[in-house]
Amino acid sequence: MNIVVCLKQVPATTEVKIDPQTNTLIRAGIKNIVNPYDTYALEEAIRLKERYGGTVTVISMGPPQAEQMLREAIACGADQAYLLSDRAFAGADTLATSYTLSLAIIRQVKECDLVICGKQSVDGDTGQVGPQLAQTLGFSFVSYVDNIEEVSSGKMRARRMIDEGHETVETSLPAVISVVKGLNVPRLPSLRGIMRAKNAVIPVLTAQQLDADPQLIGLTGSATKVVRIFSPERVCRGEKLTGDAEAQVDCLISKLRESGII
Amino acid sequence: MDLPIPHVTEKHHGVWVFAEQRGGKIQTSSYELLGKGREIADALQTELCSVCFGYNIVDTNRLITAGADKVYLLDGPSFKDNNEDLFTLELVRLVRQHNPEIVLAAATALGRSFIPRVAAALKTGLSADGTGLDIDPEKGWLLQTKPAFGGNIMAVIICPEKRPQMATVRPRVFKARRFDETRKGTIINVDFNKESVTSKTRLLSFVDDITEKVKIEDADIIVAGGRGLGKAENFRLIEELAQVLGGAVGATRPPVDEGWTTYAHQIGQTGKTVSPKLYVACGISGAIQHTAGISTSETIVAINNDPAAPIFEVATYGIVGDLFQVLPLLIRKLSSS
Repeated sequence: MNIVVCLKQVPATTEVKIDPQTNTLIRAGIKNIVNPYDTYALEEAIRLKERYGGTVTVISMGPPQAEQMLREAIACGADQAYLLSDRAFAGADTLATSYTLSLAIIRQVKECDLVICGKQSVDGDTGQVGPQLAQTLGFSFVSYVDNIEEVSSGKMRARRMIDEGHETVETSLPAVISVVKGLNVPRLPSLRGIMRAKNAVIPVLTAQQLDADPQLIGLTGSATKVVRIFSPERVCRGEKLTGDAEAQVDCLISKLRESGII
Repeated sequence: MDLPIPHVTEKHHGVWVFAEQRGGKIQTSSYELLGKGREIADALQTELCSVCFGYNIVDTNRLITAGADKVYLLDGPSFKDNNEDLFTLELVRLVRQHNPEIVLAAATALGRSFIPRVAAALKTGLSADGTGLDIDPEKGWLLQTKPAFGGNIMAVIICPEKRPQMATVRPRVFKARRFDETRKGTIINVDFNKESVTSKTRLLSFVDDITEKVKIEDADIIVAGGRGLGKAENFRLIEELAQVLGGAVGATRPPVDEGWTTYAHQIGQTGKTVSPKLYVACGISGAIQHTAGISTSETIVAINNDPAAPIFEVATYGIVGDLFQVLPLLIRKLSSS
């Protein structure tokens, strides 16, 4: 089975601030990590390889420093990594991102059976790249997977979480799936893996090398634009009730009744 | 099939709301979106249409009484299991045929899974899990406000050149209008391929994880417990209070990790996002990962023994006290009245 895992480097904290002068995020001094959901995607890919054989290729679109994250993925068990890095990719929305990722998969991975993504990134919080990548590649798509039960004869049986509960579905390969937290416990890199990662060559793929249509990548290829970012108002609307437990409970009940909530 | 990329032209008009149903019953989130969709359509002086796919859908007329002028209905056995391949195919087909200016859907598991595929197929823009929709008074663009970084940052997004402008919107952010039984509209039964439906994905089985009657996303009242409960037995206090209030049970991550309740009840960044009328947080410290999932609740009550807990910053009413004293009192007083 040839598996691709999409990784994204994200700030280590979601508690980011906005520079009031430039109206952009203050990224200085913030460490980067691999998007937490993507670590489950990588682990699942390695487990599938151990179960069924095959290869695990990790790809990431991002700045040059994302290479370190890809190296760590190799240390954990990935066979090959590609970094999609080019100034022309900057400012991509999910549409442009999924187009760019799809090119790397088509061009670099022979007979790809499965692409695994985390359910969403913790910075953009969109969760759109997985399904849009599936659509662009013409692969089938299953979201919110929390258990891969079996892969056989070109089909995969998996369990997915929806709002009301769990669905077990069967999908044909090649497929893109997005995974949730809790489907596995990601492993730490092995010593041998670390040695391998050290010497691994991670090709950097540019727009030209991917033969990307300049109209479809980066800011130019993005259908959506961010016009403004702001910090949500944190109105301290709080009122702490006073008195002993009984008095507070009485006060709460009468307040909730007055406002017609209960 | 390679079709030209849709650009803004005069031909795009109308606001569309994808109405989600389950088991033939239209979901509350659809009516909420129709309420907001009506406002937007009026601001743009255009029509509001609803698109609904399902099997034996019982309440289609309510889409009209909730605000739609027109309903495109696809009712057939192949739509019974909310098959996302078919939904994608049919919605793309309808959009290409009618060229709406705006397409909205609820940011449910279904909406967040298949609407991105529709947007990718149409090569247009889509924003995710929005909490605000407005119309730019000058340009007429849809201004889509969405949280990022777990709710620490809000972003306003536009789709200036491609059509339709698409957004998934967090359930319960907008209020449904009162059903107006006098409203008139048209229900159009759309022709679709009733035979040889091929889909790459097929539903084998479904397990309902929410054992209570009230679905957490739709609940007006949610009682949630956190680490402060201490152990599984104590989590029953949360269930009891939820029961007397007629609400649903929620939890932060620790109770789920500890196995006191199931993941289906988890609220926050790694769980569900809710916006009930009343949210009662019990023994919850209020880390941003949790409060990101409750920030649009109307009233938040916090019960915690630590007066410095950040949950009190977001709470409407705070009780600083011992859970095991406060909760039984609250349960007793509420059930006796």
